[in-house]
Amino acid sequence: MTSDRIFGLAVLAVALFYLYSATAIQLGFLSDPVGSRTFPYLIGAVAALCGIYICIKPDPDPNWPAWPIIAKLAAATAVMYVFARLLKPMGFILPAAVASALLSYLISPNVKVSIIAGICLSLGLYLIFRAALGLSLSPFGDLF
Amino acid sequence: MELFQNLAQGFAVALTLTNLLLAVSGCFLGTVIGSLPGLGPSNGVAILIPLAFTLGLDATEALVLMTSVYYGAMYGGRISSILLNIPGDEPALMTTLDGYPMARKGRPGDALVLSGVASFFGALLATIGLMLLAPILAGIAYLFGPPEYFALYLLAFCTLGGLASKNQAKSALAAAIGLGIAMIGLDNSTGLPRFTYGEIHLFDGIDFLVAIVGLFAVSEIFIFIESHGKKSAIGVTLRKVTIPIKDIIHCLPTMLRSTLVGFVAGVLPGAGASLGSFLAYMAEKSIARDKSKFGHGNPRGVAAPEAGNNAAAGGALVPMLTLGVPGSGTTAVLLALLLTLNITPGPLLFQDRPEVVWGLIAALLIANFVLLIMNVPLVRLFVSILSVPPNILLPGIMMVSFAGIYSLSGSGFDLILMILFGLLGYLCRKVGVPTVPIILGILLGNKMEDALRDAMVISNGEISYLFSSGISIGLWVAAIVGFVLPIFLRPFLKTPPRPAD
Repeated sequence: MTSDRIFGLAVLAVALFYLYSATAIQLGFLSDPVGSRTFPYLIGAVAALCGIYICIKPDPDPNWPAWPIIAKLAAATAVMYVFARLLKPMGFILPAAVASALLSYLISPNVKVSIIAGICLSLGLYLIFRAALGLSLSPFGDLF
Repeated sequence: MELFQNLAQGFAVALTLTNLLLAVSGCFLGTVIGSLPGLGPSNGVAILIPLAFTLGLDATEALVLMTSVYYGAMYGGRISSILLNIPGDEPALMTTLDGYPMARKGRPGDALVLSGVASFFGALLATIGLMLLAPILAGIAYLFGPPEYFALYLLAFCTLGGLASKNQAKSALAAAIGLGIAMIGLDNSTGLPRFTYGEIHLFDGIDFLVAIVGLFAVSEIFIFIESHGKKSAIGVTLRKVTIPIKDIIHCLPTMLRSTLVGFVAGVLPGAGASLGSFLAYMAEKSIARDKSKFGHGNPRGVAAPEAGNNAAAGGALVPMLTLGVPGSGTTAVLLALLLTLNITPGPLLFQDRPEVVWGLIAALLIANFVLLIMNVPLVRLFVSILSVPPNILLPGIMMVSFAGIYSLSGSGFDLILMILFGLLGYLCRKVGVPTVPIILGILLGNKMEDALRDAMVISNGEISYLFSSGISIGLWVAAIVGFVLPIFLRPFLKTPPRPAD
């Protein structure tokens, strides 16, 4: 109940912001009868109505994860974010090894398996990507 | 006979060495993906698209590869349903109902072989159905103008959420999210930016592959981290695999009926494979004399959903190829592949690029036989894949997703966007907002807007033009019925409870 109410309000807020942004869309000189704003208005209106409806008739709450798991999810997001940032400057191999090891540890806290998973996944996938698929991945980026 | 000429042309395309190799490796990869617990056809196909694209394959080759993966994943999905009681995706859910109890009763091999044969029947007959029906539908599609297309897209959005979601407001919201995201970028007709907030990266719009991989694959990682520890299912070990000829013969009528039901459900735009396996199982249960056997390892309960599921997978290709409207989540992903390859599905595809369509159909016919071999005599090979632990599988999925998207655009911005889509997908799955309409909205948003604008240009702003032909009125009615009906039908469409571990 509560989480759907919050979700509905958030949807409504985003929809209103979307509608507000749509009013600022620049129109072309030769406009067609529908124009650039109508379709976004329709979408925003549908979303806003859905938000209101979800607020009024909320579904029962799903099982939200407990705080330790939320912390794990946040950590996984952080690992992915840092990996995305480092892929260009540091290349694939090192960030991939560290990121897969960390993610593996988050899923099941076994240090040995995580380290092996990190190294094997990073090297193995790099070889597959490079040799078999010919992806343009730099192994070490600007490091070496 | 035009059909045979076309088919001969198709086989000429499909029987080249490259295409045969692609079909076989696609089938293999697909079955692996399908049998991995937690990886279904849609996220499996999603993470492979960027890779297939960077291989530099031409349109036919890429399609042959990815549709073989698609079919393979539909076949393979049953393996984790039967042995682990973990469905790889929604359509495979129905297979757990009788498949897992049958395996628990000491007949895991029989259940796998029977369901493999049922998959073969469903998929093969559906491919033949596709071959017969698609050209006819492509002929009808010539009559579609902008108002009809607008109504057709609307119909897809109204029915796609339909039975999958428990709350129609949430399905409609999902479509609105997708359509809203599609509006980001330069306006097609004026060339002026919309919703870009001055961010240069957004001028080209949001790449739908980034959204798809984020929503399907990255969100799966979050779901897995959350659920880990709870889903420790007791697996059934597979010993000897023999062919249960008696069961197969006994189930033949079931397979044929389920194939028909599944195919029809697949062809309906938006309905898709989940509905196909669900209806096939329920229909079989309702006509059975002894209903109490269902849910306790009845062979017919194993054959029905698998035949229905695979027939729906083939059926879903019909609206996707002829009208450009996918009938399920995975065909939405395949549509993204077509658009990336610069192929516009629709009636013109059948006229201008027959080698693509018929090559694809011929390749699918071949793929079915390859899959039958892989999934019956070689099924043990794939069963061993089930034991890949999640703490290696999930980091692997993450790496493949990131490397694929990164090699497409080389932009860190897209990777971060993909993580955001992953979080959005996780949130949506928690609160019960279906993710497939979001994908469909991103894919079809600009086309839907263009259809509306073109219609209004033709009619000079007269709104009644949208309802001026029989086809468009029919589509509007179907859209409204498709949106409203599930609200009343929902009490009757309860999925039977999953078997306990």
